[in-house]
Amino acid sequence: MKQKETVVYTTKKRSMMQESMHRLVKNKTAMAGLIVLLIVITLCALAGFICPEGYDKQDIMNKFISPCAEYPLGTDNLGRSMLARVLYGGRYSLFIGLAATIVAAGIGIIMGSVAAFYGGLVDNLIMRFLDAFNAIPDLLLAIAISSVMGGGVLNAILAIGISSVPAYARTARGPILAVKEQEFVEAARALDARDRRIIFRHILPNVLSPIIVHVSTGISGGIITAAALSFLGLGVQAPTPEWGALLSASRQYIREYPYLVTVPGVCIAMVVLAMNLFGDGLRDALDPKLKY
Amino acid sequence: MGRYILKRLLMMIPVLLSVVLLIFILQFITPGDPAKLQLGTDATNEEIENWHEKYGLNDPFAVQFTRYVWGIVSRGDFGNSWRNGQPITQEIISRWPTTFLLAILTTLVSVISGTLLGIYAALHRGSLGDAIARVIGILGISLPNFWFALMMILLFAVRLQWLPVSGFYGPLYWILPAGTLGVLGASSQMRITRSAMLDNINADFVRTARAKGQEERVITYHHILRNALIPILTNVGSRFAQNLTGTMILEQIFAIPGIGTLMVLAINKRDYPQLRASVILVAATVSVVNLLIDIAYAAADPRVKATFKSSSGNFLKFKKRAG
Repeated sequence: MKQKETVVYTTKKRSMMQESMHRLVKNKTAMAGLIVLLIVITLCALAGFICPEGYDKQDIMNKFISPCAEYPLGTDNLGRSMLARVLYGGRYSLFIGLAATIVAAGIGIIMGSVAAFYGGLVDNLIMRFLDAFNAIPDLLLAIAISSVMGGGVLNAILAIGISSVPAYARTARGPILAVKEQEFVEAARALDARDRRIIFRHILPNVLSPIIVHVSTGISGGIITAAALSFLGLGVQAPTPEWGALLSASRQYIREYPYLVTVPGVCIAMVVLAMNLFGDGLRDALDPKLKY
Repeated sequence: MGRYILKRLLMMIPVLLSVVLLIFILQFITPGDPAKLQLGTDATNEEIENWHEKYGLNDPFAVQFTRYVWGIVSRGDFGNSWRNGQPITQEIISRWPTTFLLAILTTLVSVISGTLLGIYAALHRGSLGDAIARVIGILGISLPNFWFALMMILLFAVRLQWLPVSGFYGPLYWILPAGTLGVLGASSQMRITRSAMLDNINADFVRTARAKGQEERVITYHHILRNALIPILTNVGSRFAQNLTGTMILEQIFAIPGIGTLMVLAINKRDYPQLRASVILVAATVSVVNLLIDIAYAAADPRVKATFKSSSGNFLKFKKRAG
């Protein structure tokens, strides 16, 4: 996004983080993404108020109703309100995306920083181990892990999380290799700080930008992977209304009732698009040198 | 150069071995007895015991693993399917060309359209065309490919009836799957191309070329694009890997008899040897494609070629910095 650089003359010096936040707030597309995201999160959080009867209330007499006043998004093959299913489903999709990213980032950052910090044999072992993971495309690895672990929300989170560990390890490792040679690390070591303290207190805060950017795109990637898993019949199982599971369930009615397929797909696309817009803005704000 | 290729081929061996080990361990830690899943709950203990014996599951892990690897290396034998007892290799070989063809077609669509769009967007930075390209760029990575494919079926096959809904009987059937996945993949290629072009567009050598009166077309393709090629090529590799898995998922939607439909069948029947073979095959293919791309670096960039001559070790360092 092309931005006008406004020169502000102030006597007060702002920190790097404040500068970045300032740039982010000025970025209109990123803010639009954030607003859409907040709206969706609020709606999903309020699902219990909007649809108090829950996502599983069947009404066989009213199946396959096109969107109308009573059912704003229509009903599915069992007469369940699509609005309720989409709203409750959003909780699962967003939660899985977030939780899988936390798992992946947690393990990946620790592996990456240990590899980079100790170097040598440790580095070699960890990175060669991750190379094996890397040779298998992420989604395929998630499919393989998920198929042996079985369905369920927790297993889906683990499968998606583990399959994206190598990417986080790499994101953390590169910048740490550069930072660990700097004087403040030497100073900390001279003060006899423990390795763990040096890594978490001195090194990691200095390499946060690429990690934050990676996390912001990782959540949207996790949502898509979760949807793909349930679409293949893995991951979240019926009747849990995760968005991919909704897609998968309504696929066979695509000719007669296309709205059943359109609605959950639009939800995924909208949330992921909003997250990517925000993530792009975050990257531009944290690293103005990059110009996408 | 020959030595480098040989070295890279040798480096692939431990990686692929670890892939096999990883997949093997994954199956080993699976809860439940596979025999009970395959034979049903009313199988007698003797039947289960015979089944274990038949598929060699009574042996220790190391023996099973060694036998499996040796089978693949010496005879290209991936063992027998738990689903129907048939040799896996034959079934995979008969289905592989379909998936591979689609993945290649998809990658061609992504790379050609994405690169051209990226070049255009970089040259017209800030224009309406650039804005549109950037919207496409962000939409493409946001739409789930299986949903986009369903929407395309709805539009082109159900409503307009221009193309067949599903099946795989000739080039007409290739258009929808390769087109949908290819267009989505084009977005990341476009983003990478655009930013790589922008990295070079204000370089000193471009100004020099312009100062000496070089044609704009030559400047674009010979000076800017040539120097932007390394990240673009890197992305071709990851495009192929993603398109290969993407194809495997879309096969479900378009009822294409490839590796993907076989894999989903295997997953539903808990036929782990079949799943294992598919994953290993994909990993091997992706590794080979990445090797080809590493070799293509040398053709694209004389600086890389020069490091080949001094020593291959430096080349690896260089690649990390450039890519």
